[in-house]
Amino acid sequence: MSRKGRAAWTGWGFLSPFLAVFALVFAAPIGYALYLSLFRRQMVGGNSFVGLDNYARALGDDQFWAGVGRVGLFLVVQVPIMLGLALFIALALDSGRVHGMGFFRISIFMPYAVPGVVAALMWGFMYGERFGLVGNINDAFGVSVPDPLRSDFVLAAIGNIVTWEFVGYNMLIMYAALRVIDPALYEAARIDGAGQWRIVGAIKLPAIRGALVIATIFSIIGSFQLFNEPSILQALSPNYISTSYTPNLYAYSLSFAGQQYNYSAAIAIIMGVLTMIVAYAVQLRGMRRED
Amino acid sequence: MTPIRSASRLVATPRTTRRARRAASAAAALGALALALTACGGPADDGAAAGDPADVDAALEEGGELLLWAWDPTLEDVVAGFEEEYPNVDIELANVGTGNDHYIALQNAIAAGSGVPDLAQVEYYALGQFSIGGSLADVSAFGADELQDTFTPGPWGAISQGGGIWALPMDSGPMAMFYNAEVFDTLGVEVPTTWDEYVEAARAIHTADPTKYIGADTGDAGYTTSIIWQAGGTPFEVDGTDVTVDLGGDEGAAKFAGVYQEMIDEELLADIPGWSDEWFQAMDDGTIATLVTGAWMPGNMESGAPNAAGKWRVAPMPQWEAGANATAENGGSSLAITEASEKKALAYAFLEYATAGEGVQTRIDGGAFPTTVEDLNSDEFLGYESEYFGGQKINEILSDSAANVVEGWQYLPFQVYANSIYPDTVGQAYTGATPLLDGLTDWQDAMTSYGNDQGFTVSN
Repeated sequence: MSRKGRAAWTGWGFLSPFLAVFALVFAAPIGYALYLSLFRRQMVGGNSFVGLDNYARALGDDQFWAGVGRVGLFLVVQVPIMLGLALFIALALDSGRVHGMGFFRISIFMPYAVPGVVAALMWGFMYGERFGLVGNINDAFGVSVPDPLRSDFVLAAIGNIVTWEFVGYNMLIMYAALRVIDPALYEAARIDGAGQWRIVGAIKLPAIRGALVIATIFSIIGSFQLFNEPSILQALSPNYISTSYTPNLYAYSLSFAGQQYNYSAAIAIIMGVLTMIVAYAVQLRGMRRED
Repeated sequence: MTPIRSASRLVATPRTTRRARRAASAAAALGALALALTACGGPADDGAAAGDPADVDAALEEGGELLLWAWDPTLEDVVAGFEEEYPNVDIELANVGTGNDHYIALQNAIAAGSGVPDLAQVEYYALGQFSIGGSLADVSAFGADELQDTFTPGPWGAISQGGGIWALPMDSGPMAMFYNAEVFDTLGVEVPTTWDEYVEAARAIHTADPTKYIGADTGDAGYTTSIIWQAGGTPFEVDGTDVTVDLGGDEGAAKFAGVYQEMIDEELLADIPGWSDEWFQAMDDGTIATLVTGAWMPGNMESGAPNAAGKWRVAPMPQWEAGANATAENGGSSLAITEASEKKALAYAFLEYATAGEGVQTRIDGGAFPTTVEDLNSDEFLGYESEYFGGQKINEILSDSAANVVEGWQYLPFQVYANSIYPDTVGQAYTGATPLLDGLTDWQDAMTSYGNDQGFTVSN
């Protein structure tokens, strides 16, 4: 009995550095956000405990749900496009038929190394209808491309930036998974008369399913947390990117412009739970057949 | 707040005053939450008005250290000058951020109760948020109550609301119309003197050359409120914690909406957000012909639109009635002493030096637009011939504007937040999605519900 007890303590000893950091940077902020979300602090009247009022208010907040709907739309349109592109490129590189493979691999990955804020700034300049790339295209071809920033196309414009940023990253996840497949399998398949497409469908895709699920989950989380790009482009397009454009942007303006830290915390927690549910559902669905 | 804005700030001289114009985008955590008063408390109840002018002299003699938070670049020389004159005073000037970053830091320090600066720069439109919360010291007893005639009425009105004097004016932005004379001459259009003429000029310019516009406007909270101010509107009224927000029924707001609705409908305004790079280029290349804004603008134009040197001129603001000379303020900063400061008397010595004493000339030399009547009327100031404006004595017009600011204007005690949600409401009218008057009503509704949430009693 005493031996068992000691063993248990030794385990905790090894865990403690992790637990300390985990508690400090993960559990404590979440706990604090939960705590904050139960109060309401006013400019006049001070702080008071309000129970779940902030959550009730969020559930009935049209601005919040409009933001959730917007990132939902973003998710169902942008994520498949981005992952499809990434998969196509990964398969193309893996086929070994592309010349200058190393160059393509690194140059497609490169945008990921550009900080999101810089990327949004850069694209913001290119989207400019008057002096940017869009302006040049309009002038050169005498056409009138709708202003990507100051029209309802702005969500698509943001989608384009995000796709550009993350295709390479997702491609690399998939490509890495493809590289660990035993080449003997391809040889065997070819002996059995399988073509490239058949090999892709029957060997490669099933083998990298885990990587695909991971990439999808990352993308879902990324979509729900959309913030940098709309926040930067807001300066160029204030009337089309509202302060509640995405849930994160809403939480940000509530707390930093509106001092509604408590309500903002409730919004953040609801969003976290929503993201977890969707990501978990995808994971369950994606892993099902492997059991 | 965002790098794009910072980038445009690099193009232009950093100005304290123009932040207020951009209040729509300023996201600040203000409001003195920790020290928020109870519902019955007025801002003047705190006994902050302690002390008298003799304390100030005594404190100066004793000396000591002061902490000053500000982003205005001209204060550096003022601090140096003060320290030279009073060697036993040591002032640490810290720039903790511009505009909203500064307010967040200040708010956090006040809430935490430690590291609070003795003095802080606060823009006029944000003063209410701090003074209502009891975070600022009432400096009237130190001698500030005798300074009313030293300053122009606009800034003085802003710092002396709610029964106390919460700061002293540093600079101001009496408005004028900056215009590109070359565009007007080439197209044969008369320079407008009234808002009706302004709309006509807008039509004439855009008809004569469809690539040119009278101005750029995608909606700007600071500008909108300034124009309503000039039109004699008083949509915001504050009496302790009782607040009135009435944009829907305000006469000034109706005048503003009338003129701007016409220009939006006929697409006479360039769709370029203020302070973007495009905006400066549009000023540079003549795409926009006028800019109605605060007196702090010339420095920004010199650095942001250098190729247009010699083409621009300054004229009085367009009027609502022909022959009138009403103007409004746009932007501007004050310097305040925090309630948490333990050296208020010493801090006041610097405050007065910087805003009403020798520091004023130092700041004028650094490019600031003063608020002191004497300097605004000095021969040297009025006689200054601006090279950028083709040798025009621009300060004559700007100084005149400072003297004719319509009195009675008030900002909300939560103006920073109100301005941040302006694009969501009034801004929608600039895209044509909704009439301007409806946008103003939406804004009013959003401000009302926010104010009530924050414990104010808001009526419309």
